[in-house]
Amino acid sequence: MKGEEPSEERKAKETDGRKLDAVNVDAEKKKDEANVAEEKIFASAMNENSIDEKKFQLVSRRELLKLTPVLALGAFAIPGLQEKLLKKGLGFSDWASARLFRSGHRATTFENADVAPFDKFPINGYDVDDPGVDLENWKLTVSGAVKTPGRYTLAHVQALPAIRQNTRHVCVEGWDVIGRFGGARLSDFLTMVGADRTAKYITVTCADDYYESLDMATALHPQTLLCYEMYDQPLTREHGAPLRLQAPTKVGYKQAKYLMELKVTHVLDKVGYWEDQGYSWFYGL
Amino acid sequence: MSGAVIEIIQEKNKEKDSEPIVVARAAYEHPLVVRLCHWINTVALFVMVGSGLQIFRAFPSFGAKIPQKDLLHWPKAFAIGGWLGGALQWHLTFMWIYIATGVWYLGYQVFSGNYRQVLFTHRDLPGVWPMVKHYFFFGPKPTVRESYNPLQKQAYTSAIGLGVLSVLTGLCVWKPIQFSWLAWMMGGFHYARIWHFAVMWAILFFILGHLVMVILHGWNNFVSMLTGWKKDPEY
Repeated sequence: MKGEEPSEERKAKETDGRKLDAVNVDAEKKKDEANVAEEKIFASAMNENSIDEKKFQLVSRRELLKLTPVLALGAFAIPGLQEKLLKKGLGFSDWASARLFRSGHRATTFENADVAPFDKFPINGYDVDDPGVDLENWKLTVSGAVKTPGRYTLAHVQALPAIRQNTRHVCVEGWDVIGRFGGARLSDFLTMVGADRTAKYITVTCADDYYESLDMATALHPQTLLCYEMYDQPLTREHGAPLRLQAPTKVGYKQAKYLMELKVTHVLDKVGYWEDQGYSWFYGL
Repeated sequence: MSGAVIEIIQEKNKEKDSEPIVVARAAYEHPLVVRLCHWINTVALFVMVGSGLQIFRAFPSFGAKIPQKDLLHWPKAFAIGGWLGGALQWHLTFMWIYIATGVWYLGYQVFSGNYRQVLFTHRDLPGVWPMVKHYFFFGPKPTVRESYNPLQKQAYTSAIGLGVLSVLTGLCVWKPIQFSWLAWMMGGFHYARIWHFAVMWAILFFILGHLVMVILHGWNNFVSMLTGWKKDPEY
Protein backbone atom coordinates (compact mmCIF):
# COMPACT_ATOMS: atom_id res chain seq x y z
CA MET A 1 0.00 0.00 0.00
CA LYS A 2 2.67 2.51 1.05
CA GLY A 3 4.82 3.88 -1.69
CA GLU A 4 8.27 5.24 -1.04
CA GLU A 5 8.22 8.71 0.36
CA PRO A 6 10.18 11.22 -1.69
CA SER A 7 13.43 11.98 0.04
CA GLU A 8 12.88 15.72 -0.32
CA GLU A 9 9.79 15.50 1.82
CA ARG A 10 11.57 13.41 4.37
CA LYS A 11 14.30 16.04 4.65
CA ALA A 12 11.70 18.73 5.08
CA LYS A 13 10.12 16.73 7.84
CA GLU A 14 13.41 16.31 9.63
CA THR A 15 14.55 19.89 9.39
CA ASP A 16 11.17 21.22 10.36
CA GLY A 17 11.31 19.45 13.65
CA ARG A 18 7.67 20.02 14.37
CA LYS A 19 4.81 17.56 14.11
CA LEU A 20 3.41 19.35 11.11
CA ASP A 21 2.78 17.03 8.26
CA ALA A 22 5.63 17.15 5.80
CA VAL A 23 3.27 17.37 2.89
CA ASN A 24 1.76 20.61 4.11
CA VAL A 25 5.15 22.21 4.55
CA ASP A 26 5.88 21.26 1.01
CA ALA A 27 2.65 22.88 -0.15
CA GLU A 28 3.29 26.10 1.69
CA LYS A 29 6.71 26.50 0.20
CA LYS A 30 5.52 26.16 -3.32
CA LYS A 31 2.46 28.34 -3.32
CA ASP A 32 3.27 29.57 -6.81
CA GLU A 33 3.23 26.09 -8.20
CA ALA A 34 -0.12 25.47 -6.61
CA ASN A 35 -1.18 22.75 -8.96
CA VAL A 36 1.98 20.76 -8.64
CA ALA A 37 1.82 21.03 -4.91
CA GLU A 38 -1.82 20.08 -4.86
CA GLU A 39 -1.17 16.95 -6.82
CA LYS A 40 1.61 16.04 -4.46
CA ILE A 41 -0.71 16.43 -1.53
CA PHE A 42 -3.21 14.09 -3.03
CA ALA A 43 -0.59 11.61 -4.06
CA SER A 44 0.92 11.73 -0.65
CA ALA A 45 -2.45 11.58 1.02
CA MET A 46 -3.06 8.34 -0.77
CA ASN A 47 0.02 6.97 0.89
CA GLU A 48 -0.31 8.48 4.30
CA ASN A 49 -4.08 8.79 4.61
CA SER A 50 -3.67 12.38 5.73
CA ILE A 51 -4.93 15.37 3.86
CA ASP A 52 -5.60 19.06 4.40
CA GLU A 53 -9.22 19.32 5.56
CA LYS A 54 -10.01 22.18 3.17
CA LYS A 55 -8.37 20.48 0.27
CA PHE A 56 -10.23 17.35 1.23
CA GLN A 57 -13.55 19.14 0.95
CA LEU A 58 -12.55 20.70 -2.35
CA VAL A 59 -11.48 17.39 -3.78
CA SER A 60 -14.60 15.68 -2.47
CA ARG A 61 -16.80 18.24 -4.15
CA ARG A 62 -14.90 17.92 -7.41
CA GLU A 63 -15.03 14.12 -7.34
CA LEU A 64 -18.75 14.24 -6.60
CA LEU A 65 -19.31 16.47 -9.64
CA LYS A 66 -17.54 13.92 -11.81
CA LEU A 67 -20.50 11.60 -11.21
CA THR A 68 -22.93 13.94 -12.99
CA PRO A 69 -22.96 11.80 -16.20
CA VAL A 70 -25.01 9.29 -14.21
CA LEU A 71 -27.81 11.86 -14.12
CA ALA A 72 -28.18 11.41 -17.90
CA LEU A 73 -30.12 8.25 -17.06
CA GLY A 74 -32.77 10.59 -15.67
CA ALA A 75 -33.78 11.19 -19.30
CA PHE A 76 -35.69 7.91 -19.01
CA ALA A 77 -37.90 9.52 -16.38
CA ILE A 78 -39.00 12.37 -18.67
CA PRO A 79 -42.38 11.34 -20.13
CA GLY A 80 -41.87 12.78 -23.63
CA LEU A 81 -38.38 11.37 -23.95
CA GLN A 82 -39.03 8.01 -22.34
CA GLU A 83 -41.02 6.57 -25.23
CA LYS A 84 -38.43 7.66 -27.80
CA LEU A 85 -35.52 6.29 -25.81
CA LEU A 86 -37.20 2.94 -25.23
CA LYS A 87 -38.04 2.72 -28.92
CA LYS A 88 -34.37 3.38 -29.66
CA GLY A 89 -33.36 0.69 -27.19
CA LEU A 90 -35.74 -1.80 -28.73
CA GLY A 91 -34.50 -0.83 -32.20
CA PHE A 92 -30.92 -1.40 -31.11
CA SER A 93 -31.87 -4.81 -29.72
CA ASP A 94 -33.49 -5.72 -33.04
CA TRP A 95 -30.42 -4.54 -34.93
CA ALA A 96 -28.19 -6.64 -32.67
CA SER A 97 -30.58 -9.58 -33.05
CA ALA A 98 -30.29 -9.45 -36.84
CA ARG A 99 -26.49 -9.37 -36.44
CA LEU A 100 -26.50 -12.33 -34.09
CA PHE A 101 -28.76 -14.37 -36.39
CA ARG A 102 -26.81 -17.06 -38.19
CA SER A 103 -28.70 -18.25 -41.24
CA GLY A 104 -26.99 -21.64 -41.26
CA HIS A 105 -27.43 -22.27 -37.53
CA ARG A 106 -30.37 -24.55 -36.85
CA ALA A 107 -32.76 -24.61 -33.96
CA THR A 108 -32.43 -27.68 -31.77
CA THR A 109 -34.69 -30.51 -32.93
CA PHE A 110 -36.08 -33.09 -30.55
CA GLU A 111 -36.92 -36.79 -30.43
CA ASN A 112 -40.57 -37.77 -30.80
CA ALA A 113 -40.51 -38.80 -27.14
CA ASP A 114 -39.77 -35.18 -26.12
CA VAL A 115 -42.73 -33.75 -27.99
CA ALA A 116 -45.60 -32.54 -25.82
CA PRO A 117 -48.97 -34.27 -26.41
CA PHE A 118 -51.13 -32.46 -28.95
CA ASP A 119 -53.72 -31.46 -26.36
CA LYS A 120 -50.95 -29.87 -24.25
CA PHE A 121 -49.89 -27.62 -27.11
CA PRO A 122 -51.47 -24.25 -26.25
CA ILE A 123 -53.81 -22.51 -28.65
CA ASN A 124 -52.92 -18.85 -28.66
CA GLY A 125 -54.94 -16.55 -30.87
CA TYR A 126 -55.12 -12.80 -30.58
CA ASP A 127 -58.82 -12.70 -31.43
CA VAL A 128 -60.81 -15.80 -32.35
CA ASP A 129 -59.81 -19.43 -32.59
CA ASP A 130 -61.74 -19.86 -35.81
CA PRO A 131 -61.96 -16.92 -38.19
CA GLY A 132 -64.14 -19.00 -40.55
CA VAL A 133 -61.74 -19.65 -43.39
CA ASP A 134 -63.43 -21.35 -46.40
CA LEU A 135 -61.06 -24.30 -46.54
CA GLU A 136 -62.56 -25.60 -49.83
CA ASN A 137 -61.83 -22.49 -51.85
CA TRP A 138 -58.82 -21.18 -49.90
CA LYS A 139 -55.97 -19.72 -51.91
CA LEU A 140 -52.83 -17.84 -50.90
CA THR A 141 -52.48 -14.53 -52.68
CA VAL A 142 -48.83 -13.86 -53.52
CA SER A 143 -47.69 -10.40 -54.55
CA GLY A 144 -44.77 -8.01 -54.52
CA ALA A 145 -41.26 -8.68 -55.79
CA VAL A 146 -42.04 -12.09 -57.35
CA LYS A 147 -41.93 -13.29 -60.96
CA THR A 148 -45.25 -15.14 -60.80
CA PRO A 149 -47.66 -13.34 -58.53
CA GLY A 150 -51.12 -14.85 -58.19
CA ARG A 151 -53.23 -17.16 -56.09
CA TYR A 152 -51.76 -20.45 -54.97
CA THR A 153 -53.68 -23.48 -53.69
CA LEU A 154 -52.69 -25.71 -50.80
CA ALA A 155 -51.83 -28.38 -53.41
CA HIS A 156 -49.17 -26.03 -54.80
CA VAL A 157 -47.57 -25.79 -51.37
CA GLN A 158 -47.92 -29.50 -50.68
CA ALA A 159 -46.22 -30.34 -54.00
CA LEU A 160 -42.99 -28.93 -52.55
CA PRO A 161 -40.70 -31.26 -50.53
CA ALA A 162 -42.33 -31.96 -47.17
CA ILE A 163 -40.39 -31.24 -44.00
CA ARG A 164 -41.32 -32.56 -40.59
CA GLN A 165 -39.58 -31.21 -37.50
CA ASN A 166 -39.89 -31.36 -33.72
CA THR A 167 -38.95 -27.93 -32.46
CA ARG A 168 -39.46 -25.75 -29.44
CA HIS A 169 -42.14 -23.11 -29.59
CA VAL A 170 -41.23 -20.19 -27.30
CA CYS A 171 -43.89 -17.68 -26.33
CA VAL A 172 -42.97 -14.09 -25.53
CA GLU A 173 -44.78 -14.60 -22.22
CA GLY A 174 -42.16 -17.09 -21.17
CA TRP A 175 -43.73 -20.51 -21.62
CA ASP A 176 -42.38 -23.02 -24.11
CA VAL A 177 -43.55 -26.28 -25.61
CA ILE A 178 -41.98 -28.78 -27.97
CA GLY A 179 -44.28 -29.55 -30.89
CA ARG A 180 -44.23 -31.45 -34.16
CA PHE A 181 -44.72 -29.44 -37.32
CA GLY A 182 -44.85 -30.28 -40.99
CA GLY A 183 -44.90 -28.26 -44.16
CA ALA A 184 -42.91 -26.89 -47.06
CA ARG A 185 -39.84 -24.75 -46.68
CA LEU A 186 -40.76 -21.12 -47.17
CA SER A 187 -37.54 -20.78 -49.15
CA ASP A 188 -38.72 -23.50 -51.58
CA PHE A 189 -42.02 -21.69 -52.00
CA LEU A 190 -40.22 -18.40 -52.61
CA THR A 191 -38.11 -20.10 -55.27
CA MET A 192 -41.28 -21.48 -56.89
CA VAL A 193 -42.90 -18.07 -57.14
CA GLY A 194 -39.65 -16.50 -58.32
CA ALA A 195 -39.17 -14.18 -55.38
CA ASP A 196 -36.47 -11.55 -55.43
CA ARG A 197 -34.14 -12.81 -52.72
CA THR A 198 -32.53 -9.42 -52.38
CA ALA A 199 -35.84 -8.09 -51.10
CA LYS A 200 -35.64 -7.43 -47.40
CA TYR A 201 -38.99 -8.61 -46.10
CA ILE A 202 -41.86 -11.05 -46.32
CA THR A 203 -45.20 -9.82 -45.03
CA VAL A 204 -48.26 -11.94 -44.40
CA THR A 205 -51.90 -11.05 -43.81
CA CYS A 206 -54.21 -13.44 -42.01
CA ALA A 207 -57.92 -14.29 -42.12
CA ASP A 208 -58.37 -12.86 -38.62
CA ASP A 209 -56.80 -9.51 -39.60
CA TYR A 210 -53.58 -10.49 -37.88
CA TYR A 211 -50.50 -9.51 -39.84
CA GLU A 212 -46.80 -10.20 -39.54
CA SER A 213 -43.50 -9.72 -41.29
CA LEU A 214 -40.20 -11.58 -41.46
CA ASP A 215 -36.70 -10.55 -42.44
CA MET A 216 -35.50 -12.31 -45.59
CA ALA A 217 -32.71 -14.16 -43.74
CA THR A 218 -35.28 -15.84 -41.50
CA ALA A 219 -37.64 -16.47 -44.42
CA LEU A 220 -34.84 -18.33 -46.22
CA HIS A 221 -33.76 -20.29 -43.13
CA PRO A 222 -34.01 -24.05 -43.83
CA GLN A 223 -36.31 -24.59 -40.82
CA THR A 224 -38.78 -21.83 -41.66
CA LEU A 225 -41.93 -23.54 -42.94
CA LEU A 226 -45.20 -22.80 -44.58
CA CYS A 227 -46.78 -25.17 -42.13
CA TYR A 228 -49.88 -27.22 -43.02
CA GLU A 229 -49.46 -30.07 -40.53
CA MET A 230 -49.11 -30.45 -36.80
CA TYR A 231 -48.48 -33.85 -35.26
CA ASP A 232 -48.66 -35.40 -38.78
CA GLN A 233 -52.27 -34.27 -39.17
CA PRO A 234 -53.63 -31.40 -41.26
CA LEU A 235 -53.70 -28.17 -39.25
CA THR A 236 -56.81 -27.85 -37.13
CA ARG A 237 -58.73 -24.59 -37.28
CA GLU A 238 -57.48 -23.42 -33.86
CA HIS A 239 -53.88 -23.92 -34.95
CA GLY A 240 -54.30 -21.89 -38.12
CA ALA A 241 -55.81 -24.06 -40.88
CA PRO A 242 -55.07 -24.34 -43.65
CA LEU A 243 -51.65 -22.68 -43.59
CA ARG A 244 -49.49 -20.95 -40.97
CA LEU A 245 -45.92 -19.79 -40.58
CA GLN A 246 -43.60 -21.91 -38.49
CA ALA A 247 -40.19 -20.38 -37.88
CA PRO A 248 -38.51 -22.11 -34.91
CA THR A 249 -35.87 -19.37 -34.81
CA LYS A 250 -38.56 -16.84 -33.96
CA VAL A 251 -40.73 -16.16 -30.95
CA GLY A 252 -44.37 -17.32 -30.94
CA TYR A 253 -46.17 -14.22 -32.14
CA LYS A 254 -44.22 -14.34 -35.41
CA GLN A 255 -45.85 -17.73 -36.24
CA ALA A 256 -48.88 -16.23 -37.97
CA LYS A 257 -51.93 -18.46 -38.53
CA TYR A 258 -54.68 -18.56 -41.24
CA LEU A 259 -52.41 -17.09 -43.95
CA MET A 260 -54.30 -15.34 -46.75
CA GLU A 261 -51.72 -13.10 -48.39
CA LEU A 262 -47.98 -13.21 -48.76
CA LYS A 263 -45.94 -10.33 -50.10
CA VAL A 264 -42.26 -10.03 -50.91
CA THR A 265 -41.18 -6.46 -50.42
CA HIS A 266 -38.22 -4.09 -50.23
CA VAL A 267 -40.09 -1.69 -47.99
CA LEU A 268 -41.98 -2.72 -44.90
CA ASP A 269 -45.42 -1.12 -45.12
CA LYS A 270 -47.02 -3.32 -42.47
CA VAL A 271 -44.90 -4.47 -39.58
CA GLY A 272 -46.96 -6.72 -37.32
CA TYR A 273 -49.99 -6.73 -35.06
CA TRP A 274 -48.04 -6.96 -31.80
CA GLU A 275 -45.05 -4.99 -33.05
CA ASP A 276 -47.34 -2.04 -33.72
CA GLN A 277 -48.20 -2.11 -30.03
CA GLY A 278 -44.61 -2.12 -28.87
CA TYR A 279 -43.23 -5.63 -29.23
CA SER A 280 -39.83 -6.29 -30.76
CA TRP A 281 -39.94 -6.75 -34.53
CA PHE A 282 -37.03 -9.11 -35.06
CA TYR A 283 -37.38 -11.21 -31.90
CA GLY A 284 -35.21 -14.05 -33.11
CA LEU A 285 -34.38 -16.76 -30.64
CA MET B 1 -10.65 0.91 16.83
CA SER B 2 -7.95 3.39 17.76
CA GLY B 3 -7.19 3.74 14.09
CA ALA B 4 -10.32 5.82 13.70
CA VAL B 5 -8.92 8.71 15.71
CA ILE B 6 -8.78 11.88 13.70
CA GLU B 7 -5.35 13.34 13.48
CA ILE B 8 -5.77 17.08 13.67
CA ILE B 9 -2.82 19.36 13.75
CA GLN B 10 -3.23 23.07 13.94
CA GLU B 11 -0.37 25.28 13.06
CA LYS B 12 -0.07 29.00 12.64
CA ASN B 13 0.74 30.18 9.19
CA LYS B 14 3.69 32.52 9.70
CA GLU B 15 3.76 34.35 6.41
CA LYS B 16 0.32 35.94 6.09
CA ASP B 17 -3.05 35.22 7.69
CA SER B 18 -3.27 33.14 10.77
CA GLU B 19 -5.40 30.51 9.11
CA PRO B 20 -5.12 27.16 10.82
CA ILE B 21 -4.22 24.15 8.76
CA VAL B 22 -6.41 21.24 9.68
CA VAL B 23 -5.21 17.88 8.62
CA ALA B 24 -7.71 15.08 8.31
CA ARG B 25 -7.13 11.45 7.55
CA ALA B 26 -8.69 10.10 4.38
CA ALA B 27 -8.03 7.34 1.90
CA TYR B 28 -8.87 7.29 -1.80
CA GLU B 29 -10.76 4.03 -2.03
CA HIS B 30 -12.91 4.12 -5.13
CA PRO B 31 -11.56 5.24 -8.53
CA LEU B 32 -13.93 7.27 -10.70
CA VAL B 33 -14.72 4.39 -13.07
CA VAL B 34 -15.76 2.19 -10.17
CA ARG B 35 -18.01 4.92 -8.76
CA LEU B 36 -19.59 5.68 -12.14
CA CYS B 37 -20.23 2.00 -12.77
CA HIS B 38 -21.64 1.54 -9.28
CA TRP B 39 -24.27 4.25 -9.69
CA ILE B 40 -25.15 3.51 -13.31
CA ASN B 41 -25.51 -0.10 -12.29
CA THR B 42 -27.72 0.88 -9.37
CA VAL B 43 -30.20 2.44 -11.81
CA ALA B 44 -29.80 -0.34 -14.39
CA LEU B 45 -30.36 -3.11 -11.85
CA PHE B 46 -33.42 -1.34 -10.48
CA VAL B 47 -34.91 -1.20 -13.98
CA MET B 48 -33.84 -4.73 -14.91
CA VAL B 49 -35.38 -6.26 -11.77
CA GLY B 50 -38.54 -4.16 -11.99
CA SER B 51 -39.16 -4.86 -15.66
CA GLY B 52 -38.07 -8.48 -15.25
CA LEU B 53 -40.74 -9.01 -12.62
CA GLN B 54 -43.34 -7.47 -14.94
CA ILE B 55 -42.24 -9.90 -17.68
CA PHE B 56 -42.53 -12.72 -15.14
CA ARG B 57 -46.13 -11.62 -14.43
CA ALA B 58 -47.07 -12.60 -18.00
CA PHE B 59 -46.40 -16.24 -17.14
CA PRO B 60 -45.66 -16.54 -13.42
CA SER B 61 -44.75 -20.19 -13.61
CA PHE B 62 -41.83 -22.44 -14.48
CA GLY B 63 -43.90 -25.42 -15.52
CA ALA B 64 -45.97 -26.16 -18.59
CA LYS B 65 -48.53 -23.81 -20.08
CA ILE B 66 -51.14 -26.57 -19.91
CA PRO B 67 -51.98 -26.97 -17.11
CA GLN B 68 -50.57 -23.70 -15.77
CA LYS B 69 -49.57 -23.69 -12.10
CA ASP B 70 -48.59 -20.22 -10.96
CA LEU B 71 -45.62 -19.88 -8.65
CA LEU B 72 -46.47 -16.47 -7.22
CA HIS B 73 -48.47 -13.43 -8.17
CA TRP B 74 -46.07 -10.53 -8.08
CA PRO B 75 -47.89 -7.23 -7.46
CA LYS B 76 -48.03 -4.88 -10.41
CA ALA B 77 -47.17 -1.94 -8.15
CA PHE B 78 -43.66 -3.36 -7.70
CA ALA B 79 -43.00 -3.83 -11.38
CA ILE B 80 -41.91 -1.57 -14.24
CA GLY B 81 -43.39 -1.22 -17.72
CA GLY B 82 -47.14 -1.54 -17.12
CA TRP B 83 -47.56 -4.55 -19.41
CA LEU B 84 -45.45 -7.25 -21.02
CA GLY B 85 -44.57 -5.22 -24.12
CA GLY B 86 -43.63 -2.16 -22.08
CA ALA B 87 -41.56 -4.19 -19.66
CA LEU B 88 -39.70 -5.86 -22.53
CA GLN B 89 -38.82 -2.42 -23.90
CA TRP B 90 -37.30 -1.43 -20.56
CA HIS B 91 -35.56 -4.78 -20.18
CA LEU B 92 -34.13 -4.85 -23.72
CA THR B 93 -32.98 -1.23 -23.45
CA PHE B 94 -31.37 -1.34 -20.03
CA MET B 95 -29.74 -4.70 -20.62
CA TRP B 96 -27.32 -2.89 -22.94
CA ILE B 97 -26.55 -0.30 -20.29
CA TYR B 98 -26.16 -3.10 -17.74
CA ILE B 99 -23.85 -5.13 -19.99
CA ALA B 100 -21.81 -2.10 -21.10
CA THR B 101 -21.30 -1.02 -17.49
CA GLY B 102 -20.28 -4.54 -16.52
CA VAL B 103 -17.76 -4.80 -19.35
CA TRP B 104 -16.38 -1.35 -18.59
CA TYR B 105 -16.08 -2.16 -14.88
CA LEU B 106 -14.42 -5.54 -15.38
CA GLY B 107 -12.09 -4.17 -18.05
CA TYR B 108 -11.06 -1.32 -15.77
CA GLN B 109 -10.53 -3.52 -12.74
CA VAL B 110 -8.37 -5.97 -14.66
CA PHE B 111 -6.25 -3.48 -16.58
CA SER B 112 -5.75 -1.01 -13.74
CA GLY B 113 -4.94 -3.76 -11.27
CA ASN B 114 -7.61 -2.37 -8.96
CA TYR B 115 -9.25 -5.79 -8.85
CA ARG B 116 -6.87 -6.67 -6.01
CA GLN B 117 -8.92 -4.44 -3.76
CA VAL B 118 -12.03 -6.54 -4.17
CA LEU B 119 -11.11 -9.97 -5.54
CA PHE B 120 -11.48 -12.73 -2.97
CA THR B 121 -8.49 -15.07 -3.12
CA HIS B 122 -7.04 -17.89 -1.06
CA ARG B 123 -5.10 -15.30 0.95
CA ASP B 124 -8.39 -14.05 2.35
CA LEU B 125 -9.46 -17.47 3.56
CA PRO B 126 -7.88 -17.29 7.04
CA GLY B 127 -9.64 -13.99 7.67
CA VAL B 128 -13.11 -15.28 6.91
CA TRP B 129 -13.88 -17.07 10.17
CA PRO B 130 -12.81 -14.19 12.48
CA MET B 131 -15.02 -11.86 10.42
CA VAL B 132 -17.98 -14.26 10.61
CA LYS B 133 -17.48 -14.50 14.39
CA HIS B 134 -17.42 -10.72 14.62
CA TYR B 135 -20.47 -10.11 12.42
CA PHE B 136 -22.72 -12.90 13.61
CA PHE B 137 -21.46 -14.11 17.00
CA PHE B 138 -20.26 -10.90 18.73
CA GLY B 139 -16.62 -11.87 18.34
CA PRO B 140 -13.85 -9.26 18.64
CA LYS B 141 -13.31 -7.05 15.62
CA PRO B 142 -10.31 -8.19 13.59
CA THR B 143 -7.74 -5.54 12.73
CA VAL B 144 -8.59 -3.70 9.54
CA ARG B 145 -5.65 -3.50 7.17
CA GLU B 146 -7.22 -2.66 3.83
CA SER B 147 -10.40 -1.17 2.42
CA TYR B 148 -12.27 -4.48 2.23
CA ASN B 149 -12.18 -7.25 4.80
CA PRO B 150 -12.22 -10.89 3.68
CA LEU B 151 -15.99 -11.23 4.02
CA GLN B 152 -16.58 -8.06 2.04
CA LYS B 153 -14.29 -9.35 -0.69
CA GLN B 154 -16.18 -12.61 -0.69
CA ALA B 155 -19.50 -10.78 -0.96
CA TYR B 156 -18.41 -8.39 -3.71
CA THR B 157 -16.62 -11.07 -5.71
CA SER B 158 -19.78 -13.20 -5.53
CA ALA B 159 -21.95 -10.25 -6.54
CA ILE B 160 -19.79 -9.63 -9.60
CA GLY B 161 -20.06 -13.34 -10.42
CA LEU B 162 -23.83 -13.11 -10.09
CA GLY B 163 -23.84 -10.10 -12.41
CA VAL B 164 -22.00 -12.13 -15.04
CA LEU B 165 -24.41 -15.03 -14.52
CA SER B 166 -27.42 -12.74 -14.85
CA VAL B 167 -26.15 -11.69 -18.28
CA LEU B 168 -25.32 -15.23 -19.42
CA THR B 169 -28.65 -16.69 -18.28
CA GLY B 170 -30.44 -13.67 -19.77
CA LEU B 171 -28.73 -14.20 -23.14
CA CYS B 172 -30.01 -17.78 -23.12
CA VAL B 173 -33.57 -16.65 -22.45
CA TRP B 174 -33.31 -14.00 -25.17
CA LYS B 175 -31.41 -16.05 -27.80
CA PRO B 176 -31.56 -19.74 -26.86
CA ILE B 177 -30.81 -20.77 -30.45
CA GLN B 178 -27.99 -18.36 -31.30
CA PHE B 179 -26.36 -19.12 -27.92
CA SER B 180 -27.38 -22.78 -28.10
CA TRP B 181 -24.18 -24.10 -26.51
CA LEU B 182 -24.64 -21.81 -23.53
CA ALA B 183 -28.34 -22.66 -23.30
CA TRP B 184 -27.44 -26.34 -23.52
CA MET B 185 -25.15 -25.98 -20.49
CA MET B 186 -28.07 -24.52 -18.58
CA GLY B 187 -30.43 -27.26 -19.69
CA GLY B 188 -32.08 -25.41 -22.56
CA PHE B 189 -34.39 -22.40 -22.75
CA HIS B 190 -36.81 -23.70 -20.14
CA TYR B 191 -34.13 -24.06 -17.45
CA ALA B 192 -32.24 -20.93 -18.52
CA ARG B 193 -35.39 -18.99 -17.59
CA ILE B 194 -35.41 -20.62 -14.15
CA TRP B 195 -31.70 -19.85 -13.65
CA HIS B 196 -32.24 -16.26 -14.73
CA PHE B 197 -34.98 -15.88 -12.13
CA ALA B 198 -32.88 -17.55 -9.42
CA VAL B 199 -29.88 -15.32 -10.14
CA MET B 200 -32.13 -12.26 -9.78
CA TRP B 201 -33.15 -13.34 -6.27
CA ALA B 202 -29.53 -14.00 -5.38
CA ILE B 203 -28.65 -10.48 -6.51
CA LEU B 204 -31.55 -9.05 -4.51
CA PHE B 205 -30.33 -10.99 -1.48
CA PHE B 206 -26.88 -9.49 -1.93
CA ILE B 207 -28.35 -5.99 -2.26
CA LEU B 208 -30.28 -6.46 0.97
CA GLY B 209 -27.10 -7.43 2.82
CA HIS B 210 -25.19 -4.64 1.10
CA LEU B 211 -27.71 -2.02 2.20
CA VAL B 212 -27.70 -3.26 5.78
CA MET B 213 -23.91 -3.05 5.89
CA VAL B 214 -23.87 0.41 4.31
CA ILE B 215 -26.24 1.65 7.02
CA LEU B 216 -24.17 0.00 9.76
CA HIS B 217 -20.89 1.42 8.46
CA GLY B 218 -22.09 4.97 8.54
CA TRP B 219 -21.86 8.19 6.61
CA ASN B 220 -18.15 8.37 5.74
CA ASN B 221 -18.29 4.94 4.19
CA PHE B 222 -21.33 5.87 2.12
CA VAL B 223 -19.75 9.15 0.96
CA SER B 224 -16.68 7.29 -0.22
CA MET B 225 -18.72 5.69 -3.01
CA LEU B 226 -19.66 9.21 -4.13
CA THR B 227 -16.35 11.08 -3.78
CA GLY B 228 -13.91 8.21 -3.79
CA TRP B 229 -12.41 9.42 -0.50
CA LYS B 230 -13.14 7.73 2.76
CA LYS B 231 -12.58 9.92 5.76
CA ASP B 232 -11.02 8.35 8.81
CA PRO B 233 -10.42 4.90 7.38
CA GLU B 234 -9.82 2.16 9.90
CA TYR B 235 -6.37 1.43 8.58
